[in-house]
Amino acid sequence: MTKTVVKNLVKGPATLMYPKKKRFFTKITRGSVEIDIQKCIFCGICSKRCPTYAIVVTKVTKECKEWEIDRLKCCACNLCVEVCPKKCLSMTNQYTPPARDRTAGIHKQIFTGPEILTGKEEEHS
Amino acid sequence: MAHKNIIPFGPQHPVLPEPIHFDLVTEDEKIVDAIPSISYVHRGLERLVEKRDFIDFVHIADRICGLCSFMHCMGYCQAVEEVMGIQVPERALYLRSIWAELARIHSHIFWLGVSADAFGYESLFMQSLRLRELVLDIIEETTGGRVIFGSCKVGGVRRDIDSETLKGLVARLTNMKADLDELTSVFINDYSIQHRLVGVGFFSKEDAYTLGCVGPMARASGFALDMRTLGYAAYKFLEIEPVVEYGGDCYARCLVRIREIFQSMDLIRQAAGKISEGPIDVKVKGTPNGEYFSRVEQPRGEVIHYVKGNGSKFLQRFRVRVPTFTNIPGMIKVLKGSQVADVPNIILTLDPCISCTER
Amino acid sequence: MSEPQEIILIEKNNLLGIVSDLFAEGYRLVQIGCTTLQSAYELNYSFDKEYHFKNLRFTVAPEEEIQSISVIYPNAFLYENEIHDLFGLTIKNITIDYQGKLYRTALKVPFSIENCPVPEPPKPKKETPPEPPESQKQNSADTKPQED
Repeated sequence: MTKTVVKNLVKGPATLMYPKKKRFFTKITRGSVEIDIQKCIFCGICSKRCPTYAIVVTKVTKECKEWEIDRLKCCACNLCVEVCPKKCLSMTNQYTPPARDRTAGIHKQIFTGPEILTGKEEEHS
Repeated sequence: MAHKNIIPFGPQHPVLPEPIHFDLVTEDEKIVDAIPSISYVHRGLERLVEKRDFIDFVHIADRICGLCSFMHCMGYCQAVEEVMGIQVPERALYLRSIWAELARIHSHIFWLGVSADAFGYESLFMQSLRLRELVLDIIEETTGGRVIFGSCKVGGVRRDIDSETLKGLVARLTNMKADLDELTSVFINDYSIQHRLVGVGFFSKEDAYTLGCVGPMARASGFALDMRTLGYAAYKFLEIEPVVEYGGDCYARCLVRIREIFQSMDLIRQAAGKISEGPIDVKVKGTPNGEYFSRVEQPRGEVIHYVKGNGSKFLQRFRVRVPTFTNIPGMIKVLKGSQVADVPNIILTLDPCISCTER
Repeated sequence: MSEPQEIILIEKNNLLGIVSDLFAEGYRLVQIGCTTLQSAYELNYSFDKEYHFKNLRFTVAPEEEIQSISVIYPNAFLYENEIHDLFGLTIKNITIDYQGKLYRTALKVPFSIENCPVPEPPKPKKETPPEPPESQKQNSADTKPQED
C-alpha cells in the first residue's frame, strides 16, 4: 500500500481534467446514431426494430419525409445501423451531449427533394 | 427477554447501492428474523419478448443488468441456438468466453470497491475503481461499449478481436496483475478488514446446499458449484477448477472473489493462446420452435435462461432465474443471529444485484 | 455443447411425493418457473445434482390450487410467491406467504392468461405474422408528451 500512496502523491490526479482535456474514444465506441438523409429511402425498418422506440419515420407528403431520433431514449445498441438496407445510418463515437430538458434530445432530419433542410429548431432550446 | 424491534433496512441506505428492503426483527442488537421485500424496480422485461422478435431481443437481454450484461446476452443466445440447433463457430465461442471473463473481472473488482466502501475504506474504493477502469477500457476497445457489451448475437458474435489486440489485451491484464496483487493484499491482510469480516455471517455447506445458494456464496462455504465446468462456450477447451474456500464467512466470500479475478485472467490467457482463426458467426435461418434451459455462470452465480418458442419469430416465454433471487433465502438465514452493525457487510458480501432480480 | 436435460411429466397430486424423494436423493432446487399456455399454466420445477439437470412438469388450470413445496425446500417460498403474484395461481401452505405483496405491480397478476394472452402458433408454411400494432401505438403514445 505504501507504494500506491507514493505513486499517488507523485503522479498527480488519475482522473481526466475533463473540459480542458477531451476523452479519447475508440473507433468502435457506440456513441450516437447519425443519418445521411440523402441516401435514406424511408422504409421505416429502423423505427420498427428499435428496442426503445427512439426513431420515428414519417412520410408527410410524397416530397416531404421526416426521420426523427430521440437521442435521450436511444440506447446506442447499433441495431438500426445493422438493419438499414441502404446503409445510410452510421454510429459515431461521440456521446450525445447532456441536456436540460427532455425535448433537447430530439433530432429531426427533413427530406424535401435533393437539398437538405436540417430542422434543428428543437435542439438546445 | 429483550423487547422486539423492527428496523427497516433499505431500499435506500448509504451502503446499499441497490433497492432491496429488509425488515429486521431485532432483540437488542441481535437479529432474530429478516423479511426481504423486492420489486421496487420491477420492469417486466420477460414479457417484452412477445413484442420483439427473437433476434432483436438480444439487445434487451443485454440490458437486464449492467454488471452481468454479457452473461445474460450469452445465456439467451445459447438457449435460442440450442432450440434452433445452430452450431456456433469455435472462434465465436472463444470470444464469448474471453468477454465473459472480462465481465467477471470488472464485476468482481467493482464488488471489492463497493465492499471496501461499506466497511469504511473510501480510498480503497477509489483504488479498486481505478483498476476497474483499465478493464473497462479493454472492453470499450473490443466491443464498443463500456458496460453494455452488445457484442453477442444469435449464431455467433458481432465483432472480432484481431490477434494483435488479443495479445495486447493479455499483456495489459498481466501488467495489471501487479497492481491488483497490491490491492487485494490489503483485503487479505489488513487487520481492520479482517476484524470486520472474519467470522461474520457464517454459512455452512449444508445450508448452502439446501437453500439452493449459487456462485461465490456457495463456493465460500466449500460447495464447489461452478456452471463453467458444464463446458458451455469455450470452457470445455479450457482448464477450469472451481475456486473453493471453506471458511463460510464474509472473509471467505471476499477471498473467493479475489481468487476468481486471478482465475479469470488466467482463463483469458489460456483462451487467447488456444483461439484459432475462423468465422465468427453463422447465418440464422428459421424460427425457434422448442424450449431449452440454458445455464451460465455469472459473477454472482448460476443464471438460468428459459426460452420457449412456438415457431413464430416472437418467443412465447423467456424466463430468467438470476443468482441473487436464489441467494435471498440464504441471505435471510445468514442475517438471523447476526449483529445489526454487520448487516451491511453481510448483505454486500452476498453481492446482491437487484436489477437482475427485478428483470 | 448441448447439456442433457431431463423433463419428467408428472401429475399435480404426486408433486409433493416426488419432490420429497428428490430431496432425499440430495437434489437441490434450482428454480420454479411458470409458463402460460392457451388456457392453462405450465409449471416447471428444476432440480440439479452434480450438474445433472432434472425437470418436473405439470399443467394446472387457472382456478386450481397447488401444494407448496416450501416445507421440503425452504428456498421455494420466493418462487412460489412470485408465481402467485405474477400469474395469479393459488399456492397453499407457503412457509413465508407474502399474500400477494411480493411484487407491487400496478396491474394485478400482470402475467396471467387474461392480461397476457398467449399468441397463436403460426400456421405452417405461411408468412410470419406482421409486426404487432402495439409497437406503433406505444411509439406515438410515448412521443406525444415530449412534443408539448
